[in-house]
Amino acid sequence: MSTGVPDARRITIDRDADIVAARQAGRELASQAGFKGSDLTLIATAISEVARNIVVYAKRGEISLTLLDEDNRRGLQVVAKDEGPGIPDIEKAMRDGFSTGGSLGLGLPGARRLMDDFEIESRLGVGTTVTLRKWVRRG
Amino acid sequence: MSVPILKLGDVLIASIQLEQTDAELLALRDRLTGQVGDARAQGVIIDVSALDVMDSFATRTLRAIAYSSRLRGAHTVVVGISPEVAFSMVQLGLELGAVSTALDLDDALAQIEEHRRSEHRRA
Repeated sequence: MSTGVPDARRITIDRDADIVAARQAGRELASQAGFKGSDLTLIATAISEVARNIVVYAKRGEISLTLLDEDNRRGLQVVAKDEGPGIPDIEKAMRDGFSTGGSLGLGLPGARRLMDDFEIESRLGVGTTVTLRKWVRRG
Repeated sequence: MSVPILKLGDVLIASIQLEQTDAELLALRDRLTGQVGDARAQGVIIDVSALDVMDSFATRTLRAIAYSSRLRGAHTVVVGISPEVAFSMVQLGLELGAVSTALDLDDALAQIEEHRRSEHRRA
């Protein structure tokens, strides 16, 4: 059944208003996937964190949101991709309280806690891709 | 649109009506910090119930408002953190530091009254 609503969204991120646009789009799509209540807020918050990392560290990038429907489970995938400077030490960047950008240092480790799956790929001088997934809880 | 700041006696009330960008939150911080001095405010109340998320940036900015207001003699109370937002802040690992919280405006005003009394006792 087609509702006329797309099941994927791409948002260009290059200024702080785009952070708001990305998390609002994420909340809409997540609600379409069947997420409710606090899960919608967790997803919107995680998107806000990875989108801000793009603005602060890479200046420019993109967030892709995709509805997932596999093995009888539904979910939302968030891919935050930039062609920025890359992360020199991913292990350090994943530690609570570590920041080179003057922030609280909770962006990446926090986003990992908010979501179910977390993957990060980063190459110096090439860019960073963070992939987040959350699945609708059954029952 | 900038956040309206209302004045009730010596209390400033910032009532956030819409989602805020980072730049808008910083502008609110600067206006509040300035007005605390101008109004010789004893209390600052920030209503965040219109915010759909309290991420690390929003939390850091609220903390900055509370710290700088405290240096200028005012007590800051944040009202309107929904259960969903509270849960998400815990997962993210956020702490509010010097920021007090209240469930509603009555409770926030009572906290500021308490702060005013303790300041008087000290004086």
